[in-house]
Amino acid sequence: MEHASPLVEYLPLLPEIIVLLGALILLLLGVFQEGKGEKLVWGLSMLVMALASFVAIKDWGVNATLFNDSFVINDFTRLLKVMVLVGGIITIYMSISYLTEAGMFKSEYMVLMLFALLGMMMMISANDLIAMYLGLEVQSLALYVMAAFRRDNVRSSESGMKYFVLGALSSGMLLYGCSMVYGFSGSVYFSEIAKTAMGDGTVSVGMIIGLVFILAGLAFKVSAVPFHMWTPDVYEGAPTPVTAFFAVCPKIAAMGILLRIIYEAFPELTTQWNQIIIFISIASMLLGAFGAIGQTNIKRLMAYSSIGNMGFALVGLAAGNREGVEGVLIYLMIYLVMTVGVFACILSMRRNEKMVEEIDDLKGLSQNNLPAAFMLALLMFSLAGIPPLAGFFAKFYVFMAAVKADMFILAVVGVLASVVGAFYYLRIIKIMFFDDAKDAFNEMPSQLKVVLGLSGLFVLFYIVYPNPLIDGARLAAKALLPTV
Amino acid sequence: MEIGLSHYLSVAAILFTLGVIGIFLNRKNVIIILMSIELMLLAVNINLVAFSAFLNNLSGQIFALMILTVAAGEAAIGLAIVVTYFRNRGSIAVEDINMMKG
Repeated sequence: MEHASPLVEYLPLLPEIIVLLGALILLLLGVFQEGKGEKLVWGLSMLVMALASFVAIKDWGVNATLFNDSFVINDFTRLLKVMVLVGGIITIYMSISYLTEAGMFKSEYMVLMLFALLGMMMMISANDLIAMYLGLEVQSLALYVMAAFRRDNVRSSESGMKYFVLGALSSGMLLYGCSMVYGFSGSVYFSEIAKTAMGDGTVSVGMIIGLVFILAGLAFKVSAVPFHMWTPDVYEGAPTPVTAFFAVCPKIAAMGILLRIIYEAFPELTTQWNQIIIFISIASMLLGAFGAIGQTNIKRLMAYSSIGNMGFALVGLAAGNREGVEGVLIYLMIYLVMTVGVFACILSMRRNEKMVEEIDDLKGLSQNNLPAAFMLALLMFSLAGIPPLAGFFAKFYVFMAAVKADMFILAVVGVLASVVGAFYYLRIIKIMFFDDAKDAFNEMPSQLKVVLGLSGLFVLFYIVYPNPLIDGARLAAKALLPTV
Repeated sequence: MEIGLSHYLSVAAILFTLGVIGIFLNRKNVIIILMSIELMLLAVNINLVAFSAFLNNLSGQIFALMILTVAAGEAAIGLAIVVTYFRNRGSIAVEDINMMKG
């Protein structure tokens, strides 16, 4: 095969190249302009991400594989990349007020975030076990540092340490699984692994052990029960904008690679992975619903909420059909918007120039700042799954996929868990609107107003024009499962 | 006695289990946790190299090299986080890591 120019081959890689070069250049810029260039780095980092997602969207429909099949680009990977990039833009945009107040507005923060996003993009596109592991580690190593970014704060360091130890444990399990799968299939490529399993319908025990370990490692990353124990502590201890980032981007990326490895490397082991996914999905939904009830810290509450939300998204994966994949993708998109909205409100909870994080601190928000209280109430109704808000449709798609796959028990458990979950979301609304007022919060920074307002409007008006999201998810699901 | 693939796999499995147990049972020092993590990764490397030799396939050895590289970076970051923690708390005993419940 002849190529016009060796560089043209790498054009589909352009989003990754932009993010990588952007991160390196901004690192240099940050070092040379230390103390005065932070705001520039902050603006440019968002520009880099916006450019990368624009380039990714522009190529919609183009399929390519690079580096001897190690790297695959299609609509599925593209949609997920755009999602993590958008999540990155929003979280970096709303973190500026917190970072400035806490004295941690340093250019390294933006650079680390870009590297984490690069790792996520590599991981989403990985087509063999080595590439997947490398992407995962590029992401994780940057995230460990971000969790401990507030160096003078013992909680932040502690959350960084906990995240590091448990994250390293999970990569160890993932690697052990990778080694078993490699040994029993003879290849690290997803497509070859799939072929080995197809053969005569019998599956070697080694492959199943490997699959279980890989799923355990990835379940850590999406914080699904029984590998969720790091989530509440890390969410509580990490600086709030970092928590917002953790709640959105790594979850989406890990869910993306989970879908890809299951459908591309283990399509013949459906009975084996299906049981595991059903179990962790039900366990996550229930733990997310019941664990959140007794929480008083709003960041811990959001941790349990995200565990539960990942459980709901996994329902779509458990369904094992194309509707399920579509459901997962739409769920993740709506989850992204709702979560950044709630975190915009958490970031604005400042009284007497100090962050407050207790749920009780929201008392009387409706009297002090009615628009913010109204938007947060909308988001909470949406998270609880009340129609006609976006959160209802997110759940509706995944449950319909489960029903279509004849998994009625799973769908019923999911609906029950979301009823239990509604309790603590509605409790926040009650606290905001009906409890005795506390002092007003400090003036809300304009960035947070924008994010909170837009996400509130999104959940409210999603029903009017849902087509772009649904069409995107449909094309992406078609790219992942062309034949089903 | 011929040393075969299964022997290598058994050693790797034992080392891996020791690493996992080391993380959960150790109550003394965070450094021991870092060592346990290294042990897990090296157990995986034994696995990969043994499979690679047995299958006559180079991917496993490349994978092992990649893991060595990443493990070095991971240890550096782990130690850096331990240092910041020590500065704030004055201790790196595992039982002192309890500012947040859970």
